[in-house]
Amino acid sequence: MFETFSHILLQQYWWIIVSLLGAILVFLMFVQGGQTLIYTIGKTEDERTVLVNLLGRKWEFTFTTLVTFGGAFFASFPLFYSTSFGGAYWVWMLILIAFVVQAVSYEYRQKPNNFLGQRTYETLLFINGLLGTILIGTAVATFFTGSEFSVDKMNLTRITGSQMPVISEWKGLANGLEAAFNLQNLSLGLAVFFLARVLGLLYFMNRLRNAPMMERVRKQLLYNAIPFVVFFLTFVIWLMLSSGFAVDPATGIVSMETFKYFHNLIAMPVVAILLLLGVAMVLVGIIRPLTCFVKCGTKGIWLSGTGTILTVFSLFLLAGFNNTAYYPSTFDLQSSLTIQNSSSSHYTLTAMSYVSLMVPFVIAYIWYAWRSIDIKKIDIEEIKTESHVY
Amino acid sequence: MEHIDFSLVDWSRAQFALTAMYHWLFVPLTLGLSFIIAFMETLYFRTGNPEWKRMTKFWMSLFGVNFAIGVATGIILEFEFGTNWSNYSWFVGDIFGAPLAIEGIMAFFLESTFIAVMFFGWNKVSKKFHLVSTWLVAIGSNLSALWILVANAWMQYPTGMRFNPDTARNEMVNFWDVLFSPVAINKFLHTVLSAYILAAVFVVGVSAWFLLKNREHLFARKSIKVAAIFGLAASFLTIVTGDGSARNMAKYQPMKFAAMENLYVGQESAPLVAIGLLKEDQKEVNHKKQDFRFEIEIPSMLSYMAFLDLKAYVPGIKDLVHGNPERNILSFKEKSEKGKIAIQSLADFRNAKKAKNDSLAKNSLTKFEVNYPYFGYGYYAGRDEHELIPNIPLTFYSFRIMVGLGFHFIALFLVVLILTLKDKIEKKRFILYTALWTIPLAYIASELGWIVAEAGRQPWVIQDILPTIAAVSQIKPASVQITFWLFFILFTGLLIAEIKILTSQIKKGPAPESSEN
Repeated sequence: MFETFSHILLQQYWWIIVSLLGAILVFLMFVQGGQTLIYTIGKTEDERTVLVNLLGRKWEFTFTTLVTFGGAFFASFPLFYSTSFGGAYWVWMLILIAFVVQAVSYEYRQKPNNFLGQRTYETLLFINGLLGTILIGTAVATFFTGSEFSVDKMNLTRITGSQMPVISEWKGLANGLEAAFNLQNLSLGLAVFFLARVLGLLYFMNRLRNAPMMERVRKQLLYNAIPFVVFFLTFVIWLMLSSGFAVDPATGIVSMETFKYFHNLIAMPVVAILLLLGVAMVLVGIIRPLTCFVKCGTKGIWLSGTGTILTVFSLFLLAGFNNTAYYPSTFDLQSSLTIQNSSSSHYTLTAMSYVSLMVPFVIAYIWYAWRSIDIKKIDIEEIKTESHVY
Repeated sequence: MEHIDFSLVDWSRAQFALTAMYHWLFVPLTLGLSFIIAFMETLYFRTGNPEWKRMTKFWMSLFGVNFAIGVATGIILEFEFGTNWSNYSWFVGDIFGAPLAIEGIMAFFLESTFIAVMFFGWNKVSKKFHLVSTWLVAIGSNLSALWILVANAWMQYPTGMRFNPDTARNEMVNFWDVLFSPVAINKFLHTVLSAYILAAVFVVGVSAWFLLKNREHLFARKSIKVAAIFGLAASFLTIVTGDGSARNMAKYQPMKFAAMENLYVGQESAPLVAIGLLKEDQKEVNHKKQDFRFEIEIPSMLSYMAFLDLKAYVPGIKDLVHGNPERNILSFKEKSEKGKIAIQSLADFRNAKKAKNDSLAKNSLTKFEVNYPYFGYGYYAGRDEHELIPNIPLTFYSFRIMVGLGFHFIALFLVVLILTLKDKIEKKRFILYTALWTIPLAYIASELGWIVAEAGRQPWVIQDILPTIAAVSQIKPASVQITFWLFFILFTGLLIAEIKILTSQIKKGPAPESSEN
């Protein structure tokens, strides 16, 4: 089946898959958001343990999605992997370290003789929630704002002279950290941070059965929703007004186009609808529990979560579709990465497309397993009777 | 002027070695223990005997502690291909990325989903569903090993691909060749089987400790039985696959083979040095030549190991470096000349295409294709050819210690199994102490196996096609140094935490039966 697809069709198919994985990842970062709220919502030791255990049953999905997002990006667009990871070294390294410390913190937190102490592991969870969300948001923002790098495959043939035979060179001063000092990037980073917290709160609402904690959750929902909306709107409005990186489909030449992302939205009405629908769902998911708490308070995570997926998905499509360079270089426009010039070969994309057919099956068993262990809502008493506790 | 920043290359290598070796401290236990737990739970499911459930839960708790740190150290490795080996990521990403993505989709989700059921589902899902989940965790973790080892095997023996001069990279042309290459299958089996041995040694050792402390007799004896049988089966199969590894190495990576055996001059009916001590040859220090201080040889065995023929010719380090026309072996100098032509023809081809000079492009392409098998050697044009020799003492000793320990494990499994079956194990304190102290040895053997595989193939990232000096990312060496030390501190801290938690959990022992339900 996939063999008959054209290369560009496969490239688009894989951009959609990568975008979807990225979108699901942002939704699942409710775990990270929740981690930054353990002390805000949990006022006693027992309460904090309940929260950690609620998040602890989901952290691996987020982690695995991140790893799979990386693997899928590598397999489908290896030039991005090569250019961005090898160049924006410090941003990615800090993100990685933030996730390394998360992976052990749940399991080790309450174990006797755990060397660093419970408080340290809780702090590490906080760091993961803070750095992981802000830096991933910032890094994704560079898909629109660009970075300074050059790519020249001829460099491979440098066997004399004074320069290394490396195809990509990063020109940014701080190997990627400079992106965090750009206000537009930072506004997306902070939007992701507050969104993750909002989603974390909605997840707590959905799973908790403890009145005083629920009251705190509700209050925090409002406190975090406001900055989220402010930062997100700042980013989106800025994006709609800014110039973007257009690709000439015939020659592959990249040039600046004013209002490029706004034009993309007009040119792809489906994406525009998805974006608007996504944003609306996120907002309704937040507002409903704030206004009619008792009656319709606990399903917000599904509405806002789905909305998050649609919103992030459409942002990725804005970055890569409609002849746009998704990883632009402001140092050398022609080094910018597009889904055509950075992708894997037709053969590899075809093979990987067959593998992608497993994804619905994977989602189905995750859903089944998730539901089978999440039947009851949780309070302190349930945690105390569990044989495996974080 | 030197155009290779060796400080960058060395620190990048050091960082990868550090993270890989730390990761490998935790993976083998996960791979093997997951199956041992699944066996135990199956016995519980079949017999309904709560003792089996107690055992399952105890080993599962240790599995959980170990699994978490395995995950933590693993994420770094995947992304390091990009962060520190960016050229590599482009040059072979079309082939190498696929197994990594499949690993995520096929294996990691299976593991992470069912691990949650395994730990939290005891009273929530049916016994059968729980058992299936435990098996799926074992299958998932072993599947992930399959894909990453396929990727690693491909680096040792690149196949199923073609270089595309238009994109300046290797592209996959046959997925099945990559997946089912003889090196991949053998590497997967040898690696996971050796992991099962480590897990078996771990279970036997910990159980021996309980017996030494006069605790949990029934639990310990049952655990020893399961683990020793599992370990013995894995050991015999590891010998078979180890033999396969040697033959693959002799065929596809002759320099690694010669270095591992310290065979300086090639010969027919080459003997195997079973035990030997090396000393640097003072006359040829620059040539990395090592002499034997003493050695015990098995006649003709090396020829047999390499080619299943007692009389076969095995090339030595000298033949491979300086060439041996009688045996049709090109010298490194000749190879680097050909590699240089390949690299220059690639440049000519791309320039000619840009200038729309079709005939020059065609000629350059023909020249390129003829010389491509030596592409990687081109980066060594004009350099000292001895840079292409891997570290001989490191591989020589690592291999021998690994094999020696492997036989020690077999003997241990046999002895503890027989003693347990005869109900005499409790009285043999020396054997119990030996079992306990064999745990660190299993880790050493496992790490040494990787040292042979990875240090032995230096300087190649992709055998003959891409050396480390042309695979790195261009970042400041200081940045890599900082991340190296960050990882060192972080991983060492986490390792200390893991060991402390594990030993506490072990000392606490399995939960009393009354709390089981």
